[in-house]
Amino acid sequence: MMQPRAWWLLWAGVLGALALTAVGICVGSAGFENLLQPLLHPQLDPGRSAMAQQIVWEIRLPRTLGAWAAGALLGLAGAVAQGLFRNPLADPYLLGSASGASLGVALALAALGGGAGMLGGNMMNGSVPVSVFSSSVWVRLGLTGAAFCGAVLAVLLTLVLSRGVGHTLRLLLAGVVVGVVLGAMTHLVLLFSPDSLQAMQAFMLGSTAFVGWTSCVLMAAVWCVCVLVAWLLARVLDGLSLGDATAVSLGLPIAPMRAALVAVLALATGTAVAQTGLIAFVGLAAPHLVRSVVKTTHGHLMLLSSLVGGVLLMAADTLARGLIAPQELPVGVLTAVLGGGYLLWLMHRGQAHEGGRA
Amino acid sequence: MTTLSRNAPETIALSARSVRASLGNGPAKTAVLHDVSLDIVAGKWTSIVGPNGAGKSTLLKVLAGVLPHSGTVHLLGRELHRIAHRERARQLAWLGQNEASADDLTVWDVAMLGRLPHQAWLSAPSAADQAAVENALRATQAWDWRFRALGQLSGGERQRVLLARALAVQAQVLLMDEPLANLDPPHQADWLAVVQALVAQGTTVVSVLHEISMALHADRVVVMAQGRVTHHGASGDAATHAALVNVFDRRIAIHAIEGQWVALPKTHPGLPAVVSRSQLC
Repeated sequence: MMQPRAWWLLWAGVLGALALTAVGICVGSAGFENLLQPLLHPQLDPGRSAMAQQIVWEIRLPRTLGAWAAGALLGLAGAVAQGLFRNPLADPYLLGSASGASLGVALALAALGGGAGMLGGNMMNGSVPVSVFSSSVWVRLGLTGAAFCGAVLAVLLTLVLSRGVGHTLRLLLAGVVVGVVLGAMTHLVLLFSPDSLQAMQAFMLGSTAFVGWTSCVLMAAVWCVCVLVAWLLARVLDGLSLGDATAVSLGLPIAPMRAALVAVLALATGTAVAQTGLIAFVGLAAPHLVRSVVKTTHGHLMLLSSLVGGVLLMAADTLARGLIAPQELPVGVLTAVLGGGYLLWLMHRGQAHEGGRA
Repeated sequence: MTTLSRNAPETIALSARSVRASLGNGPAKTAVLHDVSLDIVAGKWTSIVGPNGAGKSTLLKVLAGVLPHSGTVHLLGRELHRIAHRERARQLAWLGQNEASADDLTVWDVAMLGRLPHQAWLSAPSAADQAAVENALRATQAWDWRFRALGQLSGGERQRVLLARALAVQAQVLLMDEPLANLDPPHQADWLAVVQALVAQGTTVVSVLHEISMALHADRVVVMAQGRVTHHGASGDAATHAALVNVFDRRIAIHAIEGQWVALPKTHPGLPAVVSRSQLC
């Protein structure tokens, strides 16, 4: 039974994404310029149309769609994390999985002697450059794999340190500790492999600038897998929201399903981080935004969070590109500022509510 | 422990043998149940009572199969942990105490969770599921707010929804831990009517209650203290009343008032009266 408000949000998400795609392909280093006209009416100016086509097809469209996919992965991961840990503050980043993923990427780069790629590096010698900016399928897959392993290990480490998910405060503290320690280790790794330092710098601020079709397709494929698995396991999250014991009494095999959901969380986060770096708060804000509009089951919540996450990151990315053109803000910086503000407002509103009730 | 042998042979819904269970982990682990053996008669209402910390909730969790333990538990003649999870969940429903609150689910969604054991994975709720949920929500008078989120309800309203969730399972055996928590007297009376109707239909009901007068409405009473069953007998028996008075350090008295057994607390003889009788009048 899908509520009218959920339908409304679903359509808003889809239409928002379409509108932002149209806007996104028109925003670049020259600020906003209407490329839709030469694209749709090539007969007016064939030369300009060809150029527009090249810009849009090779750079802006994969980047815009990639921003949606990364945001969708983060929104999904956030909804999974909040349901899994029964904690509205859980997000892919607070549990250390993102730091784990970025450590995985840094280690892979250092081990493979990855340099700055597009910024110089080993482009000259003809071999496939190993870089966060590379568009080779194998490099992207390898980096995603490394990020995934890092994310899984980080989440497991957090769970071990917090001795399970029962104690919220311990879980969050453990997540923060793991995040800080793994972040420090990432910096240490980069210190010893100066070649990758500059590239990783941009990466760790979070950016969609280097998302090409390979990354885009990879993220879309992982998104399909994650959404499918999450949808299959949504009822477990509903059951778990009444507590572990009640979920067991309802006949749910919670241990294997919880492991599968942690895998979804790590895969979604790892894939997004491997392509776009550390983009904060999208995973936290998207489920909250959905819940503030509609109270619904986890199946719908995860799907809607994913759509909203995609739209949020697309909007932030378009802003990041256009705000100070021809310069570009790292989108991670923008989401951190906007997301932090949103979280503060949420806390303030929560306090006001509690005050009103008491 | 007295055994039940006066009546004709009764079917046993749940039987526990030499059950031991602990709570906590590592150094903080403490034994809560010490060698408990107990038979719960099918089609009757059994209440478990005893002082705080007697192990009542722990025993109920063991009987529900949601807490690791040693010893054996049989559900309708079959060993509990050998029954497939979903099948067990269809036969036995458990309402816990202080269930984590699913604040963002609607009342309807929460009650529908009770139908999980009956539904094929990913299938939409059947007409039978819808009917069961509607009946359960109407029985606990939660039907009117079925579209509201659980987080928007008061403690007592929430308890009625969680109760509806357990009722919606329509299990043969229903275990309830402090089902009356936060309920006002009219809704306590409604709960009593629901339980009596269920028992009349042949359901086995086991409840942990701290309201002794409510517990004495049951067919049978299990008295627990310090992780052991100290008495098990019919609720009207003088021996059961004596066991209850003993287990509460003689600080309660059981009277018959208007055809009901009523337990009243007694002030400690050694304590000075804070409010004098003249002030009360």
